[in-house]
Amino acid sequence: MSWETVIGLEVHVQLRTRTKMFCACRTSFGDLPNTNVCPVCLGLPGALPVPNGEAVRLGARAAMALGCTVHGTSVFARKNYFYPDLPKGYQISQFDQPLATGGRVAFDSPDRGRIEVGITRLHLEEDAGKLIHDRFPGKTAVDLNRAGVPLAEIVSEPDLRSPAEARAYLVTLRQILVYAGVSDCSMEQGSLRVDANISIRRPGETRLGTKAEVKNMNSFNNVERALEAERARQATLLDGGGKVEQVTLLFNAASGQVRPTRSKEESHDYRYFPDPDLPPLVLDEAWMVEQRSGLPELPEARRTRLENTFALSAYDARVITSEVPLAEYFEAVVGAGVEPKTAANWVMGDVMTSFNQTGQFPVSPARLAALAGLVRDGVVSHQAAKRVYAELGSTEDAPRAVAERLGLVQVSDQDSLGRWVDEVLEAHPGEVARFRGGEAKLMGFFVGQVMKKSQGKADPKGVQPVLAERLTTAAPPDSSDPH
Amino acid sequence: MLHWSQAALDAEGDRVDRMPAPGPLAGMAIALKDNIVTVEEPTTCGSRILSGYVSPYTATAVARLRAAGALVTIKTNMDEFAMGSSTENSAFGRVRHPLDPERVPGGSSGGSAALVAAGVVPAALGSETGGSVRQPASFCGIVGLKPSYGRVSRYGLVAFGSSLDCISVFSRTVDDAGRVLAAMSGVDPLDATTLDRPPMTAPAPRTDLSGLRVGLPREYFPPDLHAGVASALRRTREAIEELGGTVREVSLPHSRFAVPTYYIVAPAEAAANLARYDGVRYGPRQVGPAGDIRALYQATRGEGFGAEVRRRILVGTYVLSAGYYDAYYRKAQRVRALIADDFRQAFASGVDLLLTPTTPTPAFRAGEKTEDPVAMYLADIFVCAVNLAGLPAVTLPVGRSDGLPIGAQLIAPFFEEERLLAAAAALERAVPADGEVRG
Repeated sequence: MSWETVIGLEVHVQLRTRTKMFCACRTSFGDLPNTNVCPVCLGLPGALPVPNGEAVRLGARAAMALGCTVHGTSVFARKNYFYPDLPKGYQISQFDQPLATGGRVAFDSPDRGRIEVGITRLHLEEDAGKLIHDRFPGKTAVDLNRAGVPLAEIVSEPDLRSPAEARAYLVTLRQILVYAGVSDCSMEQGSLRVDANISIRRPGETRLGTKAEVKNMNSFNNVERALEAERARQATLLDGGGKVEQVTLLFNAASGQVRPTRSKEESHDYRYFPDPDLPPLVLDEAWMVEQRSGLPELPEARRTRLENTFALSAYDARVITSEVPLAEYFEAVVGAGVEPKTAANWVMGDVMTSFNQTGQFPVSPARLAALAGLVRDGVVSHQAAKRVYAELGSTEDAPRAVAERLGLVQVSDQDSLGRWVDEVLEAHPGEVARFRGGEAKLMGFFVGQVMKKSQGKADPKGVQPVLAERLTTAAPPDSSDPH
Repeated sequence: MLHWSQAALDAEGDRVDRMPAPGPLAGMAIALKDNIVTVEEPTTCGSRILSGYVSPYTATAVARLRAAGALVTIKTNMDEFAMGSSTENSAFGRVRHPLDPERVPGGSSGGSAALVAAGVVPAALGSETGGSVRQPASFCGIVGLKPSYGRVSRYGLVAFGSSLDCISVFSRTVDDAGRVLAAMSGVDPLDATTLDRPPMTAPAPRTDLSGLRVGLPREYFPPDLHAGVASALRRTREAIEELGGTVREVSLPHSRFAVPTYYIVAPAEAAANLARYDGVRYGPRQVGPAGDIRALYQATRGEGFGAEVRRRILVGTYVLSAGYYDAYYRKAQRVRALIADDFRQAFASGVDLLLTPTTPTPAFRAGEKTEDPVAMYLADIFVCAVNLAGLPAVTLPVGRSDGLPIGAQLIAPFFEEERLLAAAAALERAVPADGEVRG
């Protein structure tokens, strides 16, 4: 019998602030250990937290971008547990009165077409520090630079039905948050972290099965792999008449396996209660309106607009809007006068390749537009234009000058074309005879030979008429023909 | 005194001498309870777990007092983490009552109270969570002033019950208490619970109390009240009337739940506030037998905290636990709101201030209540509700019984410290502090 998979995700994103959630320490990544710390984030006796307004603003913005209701009053709570990376012995988070609830994310599921996943809640909290186990033999070091960095935790409903769907959700979620400018969402730098709850049940069953929590997945790919592994583990257990225990599992990317971390009897009672150091967070209506109106165009809206305004295919629009800079670049290229489909092809081709490699655009939209103009006007071939593009990153010269320097400007004058055509026909008497005998498909062969002979410079649109003329009307070059 | 040196005091004197203009507290030496941090001296909170700890920063209140010209360096003994009513719970030994060494000075700010009562310093800071300044001030025969919650920054006051904690003042006169409070009060960007209200000024004392309406909450005058206390309060009431004020009975029906409510709210907050003393970052560390992190926590905290602190951490952990939260913590928060509402209604019914005894008895003997925590907790029965309601209150000495001081407490509406202090100053002149009352 088959199983239905049920997945809900808890995503932590680091909010893009200059300073920490409750103190003025810097949030920068990769600094020397314990240099961005102060009495507040070290949890020294007598120190008190003061909320970072920018973190609140970014959290509210994220919530709005996800269609959540942002609450006029929310409450910071203490989540109590002991761990060496947690200086105060509690984490300041939000519990029964979170910043926002009830949003949704719409995206194309690889299995079910267009779906919507509910966002249960978004709340603000502070990050913990980092334990370093490999720096001092036999000892553990604590780096508290990250302690107190602002996070938004985004909890989805258990609406996802496959690991691939979970991945597609994450891609969309990340895109929305990056568009909204609230987080860098870099899994490498830990500014986006994913925990997954997964259970399986019989199709048609409405109750949820016993879930397992999977952690330590450091890429979207690993989220999918880990969930596949856990789905298979649960199915094997249940198929064998066993039971799924509620456990927390860690994914091992090397082995592709999940293994339990914490057994049930050690599960924490976090004893949440409202943090008496922090008055309820009150956001007034005018402020909310201001934040909502300040939201940029989100991916879905931009995709639709590109489809409608520029007659792009749904596929092209999706690829181009996958990253904010790509979409910006595309619109700038179109704005510089390039026909949208041509601009789309450039952006999805060479432009995207260099952007994915370097995160940058080596050629400005204006220069790309100039290059596209050369192709349109038949000055260079499309193939030649790609070579010019590759050069443009390392020179200030105009595309036309670069094409000329590289000898890539197309030749279309009849004399030159005629000379190359004659040379080709002369070199291939057998094929000429066969063409004349009715093998019309050899025309492509002759064009290719002419292009080769011209080193790509011949204008292919001009070559064919010359060939046709020579092969049908003119006398074949015949060495035996007496002059 | 836990930490003090002549050199530090001299350095403070030199600093004040060099100030371009003498501040409002120029030259006044103010001692600090040892749960208020300064960079010059250790801050131990009377606990082994902080022995030798020196803060890298100074409390906002201290910085403001120094800016006003005060000499702030002496640190005083206290019940460990301010948990106690007798200053017998310090890891560094008990504090004796200045008039009778066999008795306690009250607590938890007993060191500061005794120092002021003994005339060593004109004023000292203590901290209140549930009466820890007013109760010892009453026992020692001095003035104890607790401000409204949010009036004075808690930044640098080591947290016990954060929703209750208030830096408070001991002094020998109401005027000094007002001046010290005024100097350190005001909003602080480092404490999100301070309120942005106009700064407080020490009021000119009233010469009479004409027009002042004082309420006597009947729940604070039980039939079995200590005879000396009852008598001293009667005299205080008469003084109010002689000065032109009027007195009438009011009711604060939920105040009888103040002590049990306090002993849920404060330990819950304390259990979280004291979690940071784990031996990882500062303070003495005990590794423990197993050598793992759990053993480190258990050994460090088991050996570092005294019995009363451990008891309250356990209580606080219990009342917040899954399955008990609603029955204890949530219910306590509801009762707390009822207690505060009683005060609002009393003031709304047409009284300006409330008058109560500060303590049910004069100072008790050392060891008398150490075996019975609940008996000890009940020493705060008249002071505790004020903390739960966040109100300002002052105690002043209104006579002695068998040589032991008795205090009367005045309570004002939220942020009405000026009204409170003006009336207290008038009573201070009218009621002899040292006169023996007949029991």
